[in-house]
Amino acid sequence: MISNELILAAGAGANPLLPNPWEILVTAAGFAVLLFIVVKYIAPAFEKSYQDRVTAIEGGLEKAEAAQAEANATLEQYKAQLLEARTEANRIREEAREEGAQILADLKTKAAEESARITEQAHRQIESERVAAVTSLRAEVGTLATALASKIVDDALENDDRASRVVDKFLADLENQQNAGASN
Amino acid sequence: MTAFALPTATEPYVPPSISDTHLPEVLPWLAEYGTGFGKQMVMIILSIILIVWFFKSAIKNPKLVPGKVQFLAESAYGFVRNGIGRDIIGEKNFAQWVPLLFATFFFVLLNNLFGAIPFLQLPSFSHAGAAYAMAIIIYGTWIAVGVKNHGIRYFKLAVVPSGVPGWIMPLMVPLEIISNFIVRPLTHSLRLMATMLAGHMIVMLAATGARHLIMVQESLAMNAIGVAVIAGSVAMYFLELLIMVLQAFVFALLTAIYIQGALDADAH
Repeated sequence: MISNELILAAGAGANPLLPNPWEILVTAAGFAVLLFIVVKYIAPAFEKSYQDRVTAIEGGLEKAEAAQAEANATLEQYKAQLLEARTEANRIREEAREEGAQILADLKTKAAEESARITEQAHRQIESERVAAVTSLRAEVGTLATALASKIVDDALENDDRASRVVDKFLADLENQQNAGASN
Repeated sequence: MTAFALPTATEPYVPPSISDTHLPEVLPWLAEYGTGFGKQMVMIILSIILIVWFFKSAIKNPKLVPGKVQFLAESAYGFVRNGIGRDIIGEKNFAQWVPLLFATFFFVLLNNLFGAIPFLQLPSFSHAGAAYAMAIIIYGTWIAVGVKNHGIRYFKLAVVPSGVPGWIMPLMVPLEIISNFIVRPLTHSLRLMATMLAGHMIVMLAATGARHLIMVQESLAMNAIGVAVIAGSVAMYFLELLIMVLQAFVFALLTAIYIQGALDADAH
């Protein structure tokens, strides 16, 4: 007859709804202490840790964004500089080409002038030398011819005006002949 | 304590009673229950020491990237902060109530879990006094919050529902008074106390019943049933664990709901 005994036994127990006042007191006081510690130390520490993390993450994101923006700006700047440098290089190359052509033309002109000048000088020198040679030859040929004629006619014509005239005439004829020959 | 006496051949089965949850006092040693400092009070104090020790040591040197213990503690704190506080009370006012909810939840949770730990094996809140104490504290808190935020008008806001036709008021107002100011603290405390006591009674019933079936009963069939009771009590143990956690959550959740109701009494 277990069921009867169970009913009896359950009825014999203490009332579970009646509290032990000391337990109310200890629980309430204990909770108050716990709440105090949580309010004062534990919750602020956790909130601070949480806030620090939020700040760190947000700060990190901002920093990354700033770095990205800076990188973009630098890239733009480099691109602009590169473009500028290319333009500059092209300009310099063009200038150099023009300058080179100029120099070449100058040099050609100068060389032509120089060669003309040298040719002119050579002509002049040759002319003067020819004149000198003609003069010298004329004197010498006269002397030689006179000497030769004197030898032939035995000194008769020496120091004579006539002899001198003959020589001059001869040379003039010679010259005329030569000029006629040169003009031919 | 008769259930734990040495068996004799003719011993009848005496089921455990409420008196069996009232162990003799610790100070003075083995004094009659109710006359001194008892096991339940030891466990209340133990729970406070454990909570403070765990959470203080976990957050002592907070790291930006938390270690295992700090992560566990922060998750537990975050669960109460966001899961109970922010979700119920709302983004605007919840911050100042997080410590109360945190203390309430872990105080109740740890004291409940004591019922599942061998040797401690007594949920502190299976004693009505502890549950009453907590319910009274919360009751006083939310009434104070209501009066502080809305003045004496709060009591009108709390018992006179808006948007209800006037002729139904004579019925509604007494109902609201009973529901909010009388039944609410009772259900808040008794729900916790009753579930914890029931769990504790099941443990005692299974233990004494199995012992009686195996050691006192002569019949082999009865002994086999006794073994089955032990196997069944393992399943009950895990169910109890679930209920212990659930009731701590419910207790803290209701605390948040009561405070929210007091804060926003004029919003509905």
